[in-house]
Amino acid sequence: MPCPLLEAVRIGKRFGGLRALNDVSLALGAGSITGLIGPNGAGKTTFFNVLTGIYKPDSGTVRFAGEPLPAGRPHAVAARGIARTFQNIRLFSNMTVLENVMVGRHVRTHAGVMGAVFRTAETRQEEAAIRDSARKLLDYVGIAAQAQRIAGTLSYGDQRRLEIARALATEPKLLALDEPAAGMNASERMQLANLVRRIREDGTAILLIEHDVKWVSQLCDHITVLDYGECIAEGTPREVLAHSKVIEAYLGKGVA
Amino acid sequence: MDIFLQQLVNGLTLGSIYALVALGYTMVYGIMELINFAHGDVVMVGAMVALTVLQALTGWGVPSGVALAVAVAVAMAVCMALGLAIERVAYRPLRRAPKLAPLITAIGLSIVLQQLAALIWGRSYLSFPSVLPTASMSWHGVIITAIQGLIIVLATLLMAILLLLVKRTALGRAMRATAQNPAVAQLMGVNTDRIIAFTFVIGSALAAVAGVMVAAYYNVGNYTMGFMLGLKAFTAAVLGGIGNLPGAMLGGLLLGVVEALGAGYIGDLTGGFFGSNYKDVFAFLVLIGVLIFHPNGLLGSRAREKV
Repeated sequence: MPCPLLEAVRIGKRFGGLRALNDVSLALGAGSITGLIGPNGAGKTTFFNVLTGIYKPDSGTVRFAGEPLPAGRPHAVAARGIARTFQNIRLFSNMTVLENVMVGRHVRTHAGVMGAVFRTAETRQEEAAIRDSARKLLDYVGIAAQAQRIAGTLSYGDQRRLEIARALATEPKLLALDEPAAGMNASERMQLANLVRRIREDGTAILLIEHDVKWVSQLCDHITVLDYGECIAEGTPREVLAHSKVIEAYLGKGVA
Repeated sequence: MDIFLQQLVNGLTLGSIYALVALGYTMVYGIMELINFAHGDVVMVGAMVALTVLQALTGWGVPSGVALAVAVAVAMAVCMALGLAIERVAYRPLRRAPKLAPLITAIGLSIVLQQLAALIWGRSYLSFPSVLPTASMSWHGVIITAIQGLIIVLATLLMAILLLLVKRTALGRAMRATAQNPAVAQLMGVNTDRIIAFTFVIGSALAAVAGVMVAAYYNVGNYTMGFMLGLKAFTAAVLGGIGNLPGAMLGGLLLGVVEALGAGYIGDLTGGFFGSNYKDVFAFLVLIGVLIFHPNGLLGSRAREKV
């Protein structure tokens, strides 16, 4: 990788006495699908939170597209091109499906206070463009028919799709998915894998947290394994799964 | 019947003003779960600024219509700046503090604003210059004055604009998103600090207009006028379901009507023992009743839509 899209170097994060992340490094290139795996409590979601500016790391740096990321300022990180979904779905559940995606367009639009108050022609055009692109995204993830429903009333699988559509609305260079396949059955997982591949083909790199090792290894180009806040292995799915420390972390000592 | 209709008109007038102020309480609550007890004093500042400007302009012989428009504009500008400053100085540093800290700050701020106003404008009453049309129309014995008509029409217009802003614009969408989940809204690129500041500014602009209305309706302004008005508007917001915009509007109108009817009939009902000067009691009876029997308010629900 000549210049990686994302380069996290020796990230450390503590919560009181708990060392959630210890010198975790991860690099990924544009157009790649990278998996972040590890047992519960390994620090995967903490790493996502550092990446998206929710937490400030205690040590280490994150560079994105060649420049340092603004730590602790999520809206600025979104503007730089990282979007995410959540392990436990976090939609604006009282707003419509379409409105949820339209909120995602916020970061790429400019309508100011004056425009909103006086309904200028420019604002109206922008609003129409936002609505249009939001509809296209709903179509892209396959829930266009649900556009006017209240987000909280969607089925679980559709809520996951909506979260992805909302994240894509920010036009990310990197889409971070936190356990996107959790609670899905086999056929839903396959559809999700196809969607993830399509997003990658359309030019967005993907970083995903997942527990289903088989699903991840079929989907990812590259996998990083965390355990107790440390990076214990990385490489292609085949290399990683053969790694003795990985087997130990998942299955316990003595098996390997 | 005449008394009933007349008091209904009076109540709707008063209620329109309560509704405008209640919107300020409810918007701020919706977006950051804070009861901004200083909001009533922002109303007072709006009234006092407008009175000062009006007195100066009429003194220079400016036509009354122009003077009134300028006074409202200046009051709105001052209150918007004040709202912005209040959020920035008093509440933003406490964004991550326990909920009690900003609440106590709000009460302190209310006292500070009242005392500053007493220093600037003195403790006596300022009177509203006679710039308003004194015309009135009579319909089946019910008298509607031009001021009442103006207040009701203007308040309705402002509320309609606010609803459109919140429901139909990108900015409104960002406000609703921030109210539901500020952390996620930030990840969507919403600058929640800006949205919160904007919410204070809008609420304060409405408060300024409400301040001018109250001063015009009662013909006076005083540094303490925001206190009772603020409490009643807060009651209206709770009555409608705090955090709910249409709820604040409905709560304001209802409270105004209850108060006016109560004032109109209390003398007859108690055989003259209580006079209409007991009208303030009704607002708080309503508050107590709502809190006991329907604490989420008329339009509020546990999983209500905020902002």
